[in-house]
Amino acid sequence: MLLNNYQTDDFFDEMFTEGGNGVRPHYQRVADRLQLLDIAEHRRKQTAVDLAFMRGGVTFTVYDDDQGTERIFPFDLVPRVIPDTEWQRIEKGLIQRITALNLFLHDIYHDQKILKDRIIPPHYILGAKHFRREFMGFNVPKDIYVHICGTDLIRDREGNYLVLEDNLRCPSGASYMLENRAALKRAFPDLYRSARVQPVDNYAADLRKVLQYVSPPSLGSGQPNVVLMTPGVFNSAYFEHSFLARQMGIPIVEGRDLVVRDARVYMRTTSGLVPVDVIYRRIDDDFLDPTVFRSDSLLGVPGLVHAYRSGNVSLANSIGTGVADDKVVYYFVPKIIKYYLGEDPILPNVDTYLASEPEDRVFILGNLEKLVVKSANEAGGYGMLMGPWASKEEIESFRVQVRANPRNFIAQHPISLSRHPTWCNTDLGGGFEGRHVDLRPYILYGEKITVTPGGLTRVALRKGSLVVNSSQGGGSKDTWVLHGDS
Amino acid sequence: MVILKFTATSPHPLPASFSRMSELIIPSVQKPISNRRDSLFMLSRVANSLYWMSRYIERSENVARLLDVNLQLMLDFADFDEAQLEKHWLPILCSSGDEKTFFKLYEKADSESVTEFLTFSEENPNSILSCLFAARENARQVRDQISLEMFETLNECYLFLKSSNAREIWQTGAHDFYEQIKKYSHLFQGLTGSTFTRNEGYEFINLGKFLERADKTTRILDLKYHILLPSVADVGGAVDAAQWQAILRSASALEAYRRFHVEDILPKKVAEFLIFSPTFPRSLLSCMQHLDEDLHRLSGNERREYKSAEERAFCKLLSDMNFITIDEILKNGLHQFLQLVQTTLDRLDDHIYQEYMYHPPVDTQSEILLHQQQMQQQQ
Repeated sequence: MLLNNYQTDDFFDEMFTEGGNGVRPHYQRVADRLQLLDIAEHRRKQTAVDLAFMRGGVTFTVYDDDQGTERIFPFDLVPRVIPDTEWQRIEKGLIQRITALNLFLHDIYHDQKILKDRIIPPHYILGAKHFRREFMGFNVPKDIYVHICGTDLIRDREGNYLVLEDNLRCPSGASYMLENRAALKRAFPDLYRSARVQPVDNYAADLRKVLQYVSPPSLGSGQPNVVLMTPGVFNSAYFEHSFLARQMGIPIVEGRDLVVRDARVYMRTTSGLVPVDVIYRRIDDDFLDPTVFRSDSLLGVPGLVHAYRSGNVSLANSIGTGVADDKVVYYFVPKIIKYYLGEDPILPNVDTYLASEPEDRVFILGNLEKLVVKSANEAGGYGMLMGPWASKEEIESFRVQVRANPRNFIAQHPISLSRHPTWCNTDLGGGFEGRHVDLRPYILYGEKITVTPGGLTRVALRKGSLVVNSSQGGGSKDTWVLHGDS
Repeated sequence: MVILKFTATSPHPLPASFSRMSELIIPSVQKPISNRRDSLFMLSRVANSLYWMSRYIERSENVARLLDVNLQLMLDFADFDEAQLEKHWLPILCSSGDEKTFFKLYEKADSESVTEFLTFSEENPNSILSCLFAARENARQVRDQISLEMFETLNECYLFLKSSNAREIWQTGAHDFYEQIKKYSHLFQGLTGSTFTRNEGYEFINLGKFLERADKTTRILDLKYHILLPSVADVGGAVDAAQWQAILRSASALEAYRRFHVEDILPKKVAEFLIFSPTFPRSLLSCMQHLDEDLHRLSGNERREYKSAEERAFCKLLSDMNFITIDEILKNGLHQFLQLVQTTLDRLDDHIYQEYMYHPPVDTQSEILLHQQQMQQQQ
């Protein structure tokens, strides 16, 4: 009943075919179940889910007063569904992409063939903010640079999947993928059972295997001591850190729990110093070690990088991966795939303009009000201009910034992201409306590459908004990859 | 090949205080290295958080019970004047050691001011509210170590206290409020027993719980020590009887006491029961026996082997308790005895910290110096 007045408007809708008349086959079960739902039942389920998140501390803290208020990330009960065949293509595309990016990282930290062959102008790499020239010639265990990757995918008006950005430093959100699944199973147990959904529960076990796999060669076949390093309880993703540590059964440590002696990392335990072999770090390169990077870092461990260089401790992800998710380098990823793998990209990029290329720059500056402009190294929806929705002042401020530092900016045409039926509260109680969504699958690179089926679907809860980031009014959904196509 | 020019990313200007070379230049000596890879080790910070989480919960429960019992007791003495009220509440206030803070905030000690201060005051680090917030913050620090059920209970308690509901319940019926607090504590401790792995962390949780409980039992008993001065040992009117009953109830001991001593509630017997009962789980002796077992399990030491003078002093006191009688204690002064116990427990707390939780601090500048020196290649 609640879906009867649903409007797809002029967007690609995940659930309904063009015009909103037919339900796509892989959504039939979900649609049937939603038709049985009434406002009161929805409210009961939503309250139960929200309460469970609150009680379980699946929250982030907002420090807008001296108390610190705990909020949950809004969770929408309607799952996003992907048929198996569609998913297999996505999976292949993601594996292709991470394989190429990993070869790229190895190359630019060794022979730099891709620069010598002039596939990428060298200054883009050598001048990149996250390029770590100190690690030229350094060999990482098993030659794996990116162990954990979260790639943001979007769908355009025709429903084609495009890569919006790669997150190769400390991608977050995997815990929400797991918690959302648990919440949805509680809310719609019968629907879930009948839909035959591929499980996501192996993520933590897979991650642990990856971390063990990349332990320092000097350790031999011994069981490594693996830890998760967090910035601390005040970090917005602290819940995720402790969640993953608990799921993997490894200690969660802060910088102050670690000390380096004779190029080895130790943790401070009740029985003295205990060696650390692998660190899943959720801290940026810059803060890892005050002796090498930012000398004012209080989060890091003096000597950590020396221990890493000496091959006594492994880091996931490796130092210096940020150069590959620079948004200027993003522009070159299709070429990177072609160069290293000789293949065409399975998942295309969004068409991108580079402000440092004179022709592109003229175009960007002349069309700021029509384009999305992004800083090369920001995340979380920050440092971004949404031209069509921006004020005159914002546009002019970006004009000045782009002119002053063109290397730091790219521009894209706004993509009208696909929409998905999402619960929206209204004066009458609420109902389903279309809201824009993206998809962040998680890719793990160890002995083999695994992509957890599905990932985190983020949804822009504000009407018309295209920004899905949790820091900017975004929510999330459970994501189902079916065992078949319907 | 693209030629790379190495530029230092961080010049490290020496701090002004660097002239004090002797202090800064020597990297601190750390604790010994143990090459464990059995995944049974426990971070010192985690041990500290588990210990304090547990202590704070036990403390909140004890404060809740103490206030609940005394508020009910006051119902029987509705005709108390201001002086009598103060005489009743002041020792309770002093037992938590925060009377200075109290008098900064309130003018006089009566039922309302003292209970409010010990329940909701955020300025009072030992109020129920402060204790449970601190317990929950510690739990958050070790969220990966404790069971989901334990965290959820503590988190629910925190959300309850944060809600306006809590104060309303307290105002309309303080008893219901304190019941609720006690239930959270019981639930938490029960869940710890049924969901927490019996590893080193469990010892720290137990140490925190029993140390706090032992300390609180001495303080509850100390509230009435003046009645047990030898000269007035036999004195006791209706007020005193009721108050001794209140003391037993403050330690959840009234029914247990009755089972052992069917006769009247006699001050000496109450003191004896709360100190020496080998079977009542809140008696001083029981708590200390638990502490003793946990300490030995933790250190792996045999009997007669001690990690520190503080630990030895504690074990000696426990041993002495097997020989002294309540009459001897009363003769030498109950208050003095209780103080000795409190001091010994304080030192034991210090021992636990020094032995398992403390690590020598590292000074960033001298660490930087150490690692830079070690990084220089010599050809």
